[in-house]
Amino acid sequence: MRFYEYESKEIVRRAGIPTSKGGFAKTAQEARARAEEVGGPVVIKSQVLTGGRMKAGGVQFADAPDEAAEHAARILELEINGHMPRGVLVDGRVEVAQEYYAGVVWDGLRKQPVMLFSDMGGIDIEEVAERHPDHVGRGHFSNVLPFSDFQAKQVIASVGVTGRALTRLTPILTRLARLFVQRDMTLAEINPLAQLADGSFVAVDAHMEMENEARGRHAELLADLGVGEEETREAREATPFEIAGEEVDAQDHRGVAGNVTEFDGNLGLVIGAGGGSLTLFDAVRAHGGKPANYCEIGGNPSVAKACGLAKLVLQKPGVEKIAVMMSIVSNTRVDIVARGVIKACVELGYEPADKIAIFRIPGAWEEEGFKILERYGVPYADRTVSLNEAAKRAAEAVPA
Amino acid sequence: MSILVDAGTTFIVQGITGREAVNLTRECLDYGVGASIVGGVTPGRKGRDVHGVPVFDTVAQAVEHHGGPIDGSVVTVPPAFTKDAVFEAIAGGVKLVVIVTERIPRADVAAMVEFAAMHDARIIGPNCLGIIVPDVIKMGGIGGPAKDAAKAYSPGPVGVMSRSGGMTTEISSTLTAAGLGQSTAVSIGGDAIIGSTYAELMALFAADGQTEAIVIYTEPGGRMEAQLAQWVAENGDPLPIVAFMAGRFMDEMPGMSFGHAGTIVEGKEDTASEKIARLAAAGIVVAERIEEIPDLVRSKLAERTAA
Amino acid sequence: MRQDALFIGIEVDDEIARNKEVAVKLAEVCPVDIYAQGEDGGVRIVDANVDECVLCELCLDAAPNGTVRVLKLYEDGAVLSH
Repeated sequence: MRFYEYESKEIVRRAGIPTSKGGFAKTAQEARARAEEVGGPVVIKSQVLTGGRMKAGGVQFADAPDEAAEHAARILELEINGHMPRGVLVDGRVEVAQEYYAGVVWDGLRKQPVMLFSDMGGIDIEEVAERHPDHVGRGHFSNVLPFSDFQAKQVIASVGVTGRALTRLTPILTRLARLFVQRDMTLAEINPLAQLADGSFVAVDAHMEMENEARGRHAELLADLGVGEEETREAREATPFEIAGEEVDAQDHRGVAGNVTEFDGNLGLVIGAGGGSLTLFDAVRAHGGKPANYCEIGGNPSVAKACGLAKLVLQKPGVEKIAVMMSIVSNTRVDIVARGVIKACVELGYEPADKIAIFRIPGAWEEEGFKILERYGVPYADRTVSLNEAAKRAAEAVPA
Repeated sequence: MSILVDAGTTFIVQGITGREAVNLTRECLDYGVGASIVGGVTPGRKGRDVHGVPVFDTVAQAVEHHGGPIDGSVVTVPPAFTKDAVFEAIAGGVKLVVIVTERIPRADVAAMVEFAAMHDARIIGPNCLGIIVPDVIKMGGIGGPAKDAAKAYSPGPVGVMSRSGGMTTEISSTLTAAGLGQSTAVSIGGDAIIGSTYAELMALFAADGQTEAIVIYTEPGGRMEAQLAQWVAENGDPLPIVAFMAGRFMDEMPGMSFGHAGTIVEGKEDTASEKIARLAAAGIVVAERIEEIPDLVRSKLAERTAA
Repeated sequence: MRQDALFIGIEVDDEIARNKEVAVKLAEVCPVDIYAQGEDGGVRIVDANVDECVLCELCLDAAPNGTVRVLKLYEDGAVLSH
């Protein structure tokens, strides 16, 4: 889950890392007040969860509070890459002597967090790594043993930083590394980390992302920041159809029948499990099918949940038929899913045989499942029909 | 032979009294020669039994009851308690931990993996279904009830590794139907950080006398396919590998995660098309469809025999 | 007493349906909560859950032999038995 810049800076500040003066504003009036508090020249930055703010005109400079308010009013109305800003951040402009970069990410292969540090801040770190590899320091650190300052010092010194700058930067990178682990971040980045004329350092911009699975253990921080439990902060905001899918999945604790993503096709998909859904979605498209949605069933959901998901998909405007397909199941039951999808058709007043293009779920309890499908005349396939062939039949049953 | 487990492997089930763990225990006891599940652990439930397996409060009690070291553990406790359970198993001398639990934060996974490395132990998973040696033993829910697992898996020369538990069975079933059995199939887990990657298990398969070819199921997200490609280049390509890549549609949707937590594409290297290119460059055949896999394996095997 | 859903039917003999002890036991063993104890203390069938039946047969064991029957309506009312 990605944090807005103003939230990221608050997280950084709470970890004991100095940040530039300023504050968040939701209206032009609030922006004026923030500018007055800062006193002096300010920068007004759109708070959106997307890049390219500068180019889009989402970052403006002002010398006086009134000017700050004018800019804020414009930025608050400015859509950037399809995102409307949540507000603006009004920050004091700092006299920067040099820009640095400090970041921590996961290294999935080493299975450890890795610190990244550069004396070339203010630009994309990947670009620096590509063009000036000797200006990027790296250091993995343990997730079991306690973190010690020297590890940060080593990384900073590796790009040639010495003197007072080194001793002042060391606690900043140390705090960032500790914050990364303690707050379950998947990305913790300060860029630029600015050295001021007096030699001190402040975080001018920060980018933090927290692991979704860990949100529960940071409930207090999230509440403090005003992050609602319903905010998914995905790359694209959830549609009402997708939210309805989450509600279906949440109706009881048995298994999964959800993870719905909306597409604009005419073939409804009731598919699973994780890998099966990916494989089937690719296959339907490869055969010219136009999926109306992506979803996942797994972990042995109840009849009611499978029914709820099938109903949701059947009722989506433009959906002509649904295809019910999974890779071979071992814990989800064929008969339970069969009951669920047939029930959905019947309760919506449809003939299951008309609405289910194909049912291809082999595996646990398939004998019982196939009896049910036969009873209702639903076309079904066993494991001798590949996922690809099943997807082809589904795509052919509902021409685009 | 097989990798990781064999007929003699002893293991415990942590969280054995949970609904899914009770089923899993039954399935493993029924499959093949019958798994040697020497105990189960659920704190506060000492003295109960699950399908004849005695339940203990601690791993130490299970080890004491067994009267010697226990080889493995299947961990099925809720995400908040998994790290502690895995530490307990490893501290208790267990060398192979299969973590079934999903939705464990990465910091915890990384800590478990590091703790395991410190103790010369190995983790499979998290978010996996475990390991199966066809007709011999299964450790975890892989393949489901014994009679279902018997339909999908058969003994033979192909090692299978998959980031999806379900697709491990789908692919093995396709191989079985085509007359190609499996030496060992490993559901390696769907998370961004896992205990054992393809490359980390390749050395075991390469050293296994029964394994003649490898089939892997892969997805977008992460760098472990690139790591495998590198391993192949560095180790003289000891076994032919056929790969299947799902989730190609995700290339059009950066920043979104589908299927498994680990599929989120964070950089260009993580995309399906980039991975396919890397695998192909390492001489790994990438199948377009699952049903092509058996023929691709056969032709790879024939090439090597001819060479 | 008989309760039918789309796929599953449940039959409980009348004399057993009034037995409080059996009602408690049925409610306890059913993993999908098809049985509950009614206001009179006897067996109550929870209509909405009948189609959730997983064919586990635990209810058949919880009541005297043959007094509780699970019918597979999709198989012409075939009676589930051990």
